[in-house]
Amino acid sequence: MADSNAPKPSSSVKLVLLGEAAVGKSSLVLRFVNNDFQENKEPTIGAAFLTQKCNLPTRTIKFEIWDTAGQERFASLAPMYYRNAQAALVVYDLTKPTSLIKAKHWVAELQRQASPGIVIALVGNKLDLTNDEAGAGGDAEDVGAEESGDARKISTEEAKTYAEEEGLLFFETSAKTGYHVTEVFTAIANAIPETSLKTARGPGAAHAASRTEEQRVNLNGPRDSNAKETCVC
Amino acid sequence: MPPEVDAEDNNCGAHEVTSSPTPPPLPPRRRQPSEGPVQVAPSQSKPTTALSSIDISTLSFPDGSRGTFSTSATRAVSTPNASGYVTPSRDAAAGSDLADSMSVMSFAPTMRPHGDLASLVAGGLNRKSRAWNLLRSQTETVPPFERIELGAAGGLDGFEREFDAIPDNATDDVRLAIFKSKMKHYMILSSAGKPIYSRHGDLSLINSYMGVVQTIISFYEGADNPLLGFTAGNARFVVFIEGPLYFVAISRLGESDSQLRSQLEALYMQILSTLTLPTLQKIFVHRPSTDLRKPLEGTESLLSSLADGFTKGSPSTLLGALECLRMRKSQRHAINNVFLKIRSEKLLYGLIVAGGRLVSVIRPRKHSLHPSDLQIIFNMLFESGGIKAGGGESWIPLCLPAFNNRGYLYMYVSFFDERPDTTFPSESSQEPGASDNDNNGYDGDDSKEEDEIALILISPDKESFYDLKEMRDKFAAQLTKTGYLSLIRSVAAEGRPKIQAIAPGTQISHFLYKSRANVQFCMSSLLEPHTAPSSSTATAAAASDTADKMLARRRLMTLYHELHAAMHAKHAHLKVLHAVREDAASLAWITPVFEFYCIAGPNVSRAAMAQGANRVIQWAKREEERLFIIGGGVF
Repeated sequence: MADSNAPKPSSSVKLVLLGEAAVGKSSLVLRFVNNDFQENKEPTIGAAFLTQKCNLPTRTIKFEIWDTAGQERFASLAPMYYRNAQAALVVYDLTKPTSLIKAKHWVAELQRQASPGIVIALVGNKLDLTNDEAGAGGDAEDVGAEESGDARKISTEEAKTYAEEEGLLFFETSAKTGYHVTEVFTAIANAIPETSLKTARGPGAAHAASRTEEQRVNLNGPRDSNAKETCVC
Repeated sequence: MPPEVDAEDNNCGAHEVTSSPTPPPLPPRRRQPSEGPVQVAPSQSKPTTALSSIDISTLSFPDGSRGTFSTSATRAVSTPNASGYVTPSRDAAAGSDLADSMSVMSFAPTMRPHGDLASLVAGGLNRKSRAWNLLRSQTETVPPFERIELGAAGGLDGFEREFDAIPDNATDDVRLAIFKSKMKHYMILSSAGKPIYSRHGDLSLINSYMGVVQTIISFYEGADNPLLGFTAGNARFVVFIEGPLYFVAISRLGESDSQLRSQLEALYMQILSTLTLPTLQKIFVHRPSTDLRKPLEGTESLLSSLADGFTKGSPSTLLGALECLRMRKSQRHAINNVFLKIRSEKLLYGLIVAGGRLVSVIRPRKHSLHPSDLQIIFNMLFESGGIKAGGGESWIPLCLPAFNNRGYLYMYVSFFDERPDTTFPSESSQEPGASDNDNNGYDGDDSKEEDEIALILISPDKESFYDLKEMRDKFAAQLTKTGYLSLIRSVAAEGRPKIQAIAPGTQISHFLYKSRANVQFCMSSLLEPHTAPSSSTATAAAASDTADKMLARRRLMTLYHELHAAMHAKHAHLKVLHAVREDAASLAWITPVFEFYCIAGPNVSRAAMAQGANRVIQWAKREEERLFIIGGGVF
């Protein structure tokens, strides 16, 4: 009760979105930041930088989000964005098998080259195009175009198994309906260890990386438990 | 009545070509001559118009009186009649002496003003009759283009559907018909015949055309006699070959070859800006059959918005010049100074742009900015939705080909928040659910774009995002504190100056003025569309309003394109051109200092136009330092 009146500690978290073109990275961000959705959004060029706060019971996380373009020609710039990032959202399209392959490449690259303590969430987007009751919501008109009504090409099990193997958070979302979008960011905020937050202030969070590196061992605990309780499936 | 030719002295400088008598107006150019009750009499004098010969004909009115009118005449131009691809002939000067010696005063029946017109109407004369139209047109107050019924003339039938996508689910025949109904096509393919881009139609639709195009072009390539362009029916095909890329423009809008070629060049620049020249060359050296669509993925919308800008009509591209926001010299100077003071070490160029018009520039002493580079940037920011829609700030690698086509620069872009109280979206200004910002992509609605103010900071250092962001935050704070941001916003919202404010009482309806030394132009606010009286019901008005606006703009721009083409035709060396046609009169005037183009109603006399032109030009001279950025902030 002591801190109920005091302002909650606030910290910045650098988060990067990666994934194949047209899987819905920008749409997820737009949903999270502006609670908005645009049909047929034009492709991102380069990268967009946005901020959004996320209130946790004990603290406030200010996400500094790098929404990158998915096209192949921008891939060489990615290290600039994931360097020193404390969190990454690797997004694939549930209806497009190649996008999961690309997502796995990104995960591998992050594990190899990003800050060792980085929290990675694997997100399957476009749940509204599937038959799942959760996401299909009010978008029957779109689904109706599909013969079977289910455009899903990647099963939840397949992606979930992979996420567990790699120690990733896992979600299936719909940026269109907003299903589970905020949850992804909240889960990431929760998964980021306090220890790495204390120094992670402002954009030039250079030492945050080295800090998390030292404390790498501690990170696995909270991350794993989180992955289980927030899983969509 | 005797035939009359008007021959006032012109007062706008040296004429190499004098032009047609003021009233009566010329009949529509693209129609067959002499339909209806008009009898064509043999030509009585050599024409003085630059655009067409005039035949004088006599017409009997129902009340027994007779009038003399010009009727449509065969155009003294060798280009195909229907294509609208007009290169006015310039051999008409021979007749000018004759014309100048004729009396101005012999305009007997047709100079009578409104009262006479009213009685004609009351008499129940058929409103559609040629005579009525011609008479009605004698008033000088008829605005340009008013007499063209929507969809009927100017070859712009169906222009409002030009930018609609071809539906996927229609039958092939329907899709093909829609494809063929488009007035403008842009196609890009590789020299191996692989399609790269087409404005209209998907791959299945265009593939065979690409094959045909490639065959035709490579046939001439093989003969060492490269194909530049050809005409088929009423469409002009222009080919532009750049290394391994073939560009084709197909137009039924009457643009000249060199105008179309410069549009294609702009598309090429857009491709270079995505890839850089060395990358493009490398791709095709190693594998000539590469599918370039993959490396260009995601830029189709940029190419399309560029292409659509040309199809709608872009004064900036036509003149190869930039437009600036009109502003007091001292204010611009002050903004430049704030800009310079907080300049980051890593900055190459800094720009403030409001709705596609330049507000302020800072640049290194030895580098200037090239209009074609700015066109790429402005198109990306203001025409295509990609950056605006994302919200937030953007960090974009791009090549500015005119600056250096071999490498990338990095561009920081931030739009100033539209809400006047907040300076920029950061900290607490945004919360989930606050979505006041839905845009419908690019629909040519000017009013919305006018308000958008963007800060563009360009650096050669790809790691400089945070430096530039910091610069932006400081700048935004300064601009807000000093009130310059709201100043820019209000000036931008005012829009372009109205012609009546510049030269009160003038008959000119619209003008373009290009300062050649500054490579910048200014223009008056666009014409209000003249809605046909029949469609005055409010229901359809809203929907047709945008279409009308677009059509009005296209008509205006078509006329400017024709003027521009005539003035810039090879070996023309024209200084002044005055042209009158059924729907509008136009005047072009080129000196080493400026290029000036203006449009007026069809019956405005040449003297009145010249007078108006003089006033606008004097205004532009007087306001030069407000209209144009001279030098900009240099460091």
